Amino acid sequence: MTMHNRTIAQMGADMAAGDYSSVELTTHYLDRIAAEDVRLNSYITGMRDSALTEAAAADADRLNGAGSNRPLLGIPIAHKDIFCTEGTRTSAGSRMLDNFIAPYSATVVEKFRSAGAITLGKTNMDEFAMGSSNETSFYGAVTNPWGENRVPGGSSGGSAAAVAARLCAGATGTDTGGSIRQPAAFCGITGLKPTYGRISRWGIIAYASSLDQAGPMTRSAEDAAIMLGVMAGADERDSTSLDVPVPDYVSQLDRPLTGLRLGRVRQYFEHDIDAGSGARIEDAINALCKLGATVVDVDLANLRHAIPAYYVIAPAECSANLSRYDGVRFGYRCDDPIDLADLYRRSRSEGLGREVQRRILAGTFALSAGYYDAYYRKAQQVRRLIRDDFVNAFDIADVLIGPTTPAPAFALGEKTDDQLAMYLQDIFTIGANLAGLPALSMPVGLSDGLPVGLQLIAPHLEEARLLNVAHQYQMGTDFHTLTPVGTVAAGGQPSEQP
Amino acid sequence: MKIDKPLVESIAELAQLALPGEELNLQIDSLQNILDLADQMAAVDTQDVEPMANPLDAVQRLRADTVTESDQRDHFQTHAPATKDGLYLVPRVVE
Repeated sequence: MTMHNRTIAQMGADMAAGDYSSVELTTHYLDRIAAEDVRLNSYITGMRDSALTEAAAADADRLNGAGSNRPLLGIPIAHKDIFCTEGTRTSAGSRMLDNFIAPYSATVVEKFRSAGAITLGKTNMDEFAMGSSNETSFYGAVTNPWGENRVPGGSSGGSAAAVAARLCAGATGTDTGGSIRQPAAFCGITGLKPTYGRISRWGIIAYASSLDQAGPMTRSAEDAAIMLGVMAGADERDSTSLDVPVPDYVSQLDRPLTGLRLGRVRQYFEHDIDAGSGARIEDAINALCKLGATVVDVDLANLRHAIPAYYVIAPAECSANLSRYDGVRFGYRCDDPIDLADLYRRSRSEGLGREVQRRILAGTFALSAGYYDAYYRKAQQVRRLIRDDFVNAFDIADVLIGPTTPAPAFALGEKTDDQLAMYLQDIFTIGANLAGLPALSMPVGLSDGLPVGLQLIAPHLEEARLLNVAHQYQMGTDFHTLTPVGTVAAGGQPSEQP
Repeated sequence: MKIDKPLVESIAELAQLALPGEELNLQIDSLQNILDLADQMAAVDTQDVEPMANPLDAVQRLRADTVTESDQRDHFQTHAPATKDGLYLVPRVVE
């Protein structure tokens, strides 16, 4: 059976044609998860029973004629374990929430349910989305399907690995500093971080509220367009969601790229980039030029301050958001507290991992009396300069372009003791978060057998443009169809570079 | 800025974290790394630059001040570590 090598768009057509049912497809994925995920650890919680019930309902809907204009009907997907799912554990990869059964579902989860999608389970992630390798998860590291000893990236590492290993048709992720795009690059899939506010964050466990945004992680740009169409839109329950109409992303995929101005971000290419990755990026730019695009150089002079600004703003917001975990109303509580302060402090320090506590400390400091202006206010000023550079760059370019990461996936354990090396993983991705811009990573080939990601960044609310460019590239190349060796035992295509 | 043990101890107290000795020392070093990063911004001229909280300069949408949520106390308290008579239990605060 090779159902798992079909894209979401193809699966929808297959099921409409009666080639297989959602129950068959869902069962196939559940069996694959049971067989393969012992090795990968991409899921924290499986949802076999509810998935099969949902699949049967989807098949019944289709039989009753309720299948038209529902491209996700019967499609099995996975949610990053940061999206609340009513009645199912929602852990955020933390011991703190290991016992937390979500009492309600996130807006995004509800939207997928209404669209008829099947939830296979909850995927692994860095604790509270703080990490770039998935190694800070309470539930253990995830293996990148492309290499036994390689990280999948983070924080949405479980979603990326599951999509790459064909353990779901598509997955949700969240991206605060690169947490969709960097793992998408490392695992050879397509990942989109939409404009800040494009998707409701209601029911998504908060990390840094002025940066967090959810998005799709898929095998193709077309699939990302299908998922984004379901996810996007204003939500009364999230006052930061944008009240802007949702375009039909799929209908805009086929526009030609003639005249498209690609902005080659000088600051990205001046950085030390792995030679193989650099070559693949240049190949991809050339391929886009053959499709009618032209290249201009753009300068984002203040971008070099993005990492410093991020590591003030994100921890500051995290320290406020995570103050709710106090051992009183839900989550982990320490044994035998001697008084209320002991209850708070030990519950937090025993329930939260080291990286999370580090960011809470950094943020508490940045917001504390006497230091606020020098750190938090300063970072917000620098953030404006960075945002303005991007906005100005879009005067001369339609889409900015560069590598998603400086190098392909690194080895498990390689950077766990080197905090700054880990933080620098996000050097190319953080800018889009600070500026609130939509950005997409797509696979453009391999370097030493590991996937390389190309990043595209567009003006606010121009997700359709990113998906259009990526789709046109994917129509003429087949890097997005490459499959990691060893994960397609059931008759799929072996991995090799085309 | 150079940080030291007393400063980190006071931040930990503000953050309601209990850091045993070895953990505290580890965090001092890594916090210093973050502050060294943050201090790089001191060189940026931000005179007259308005701090930016929202990249789209969006303002908070307001809604009518009416009750929209139902009472779900019992439902939510099923997730609590300890409750009694609809109240959350914590160690005795007043003797």
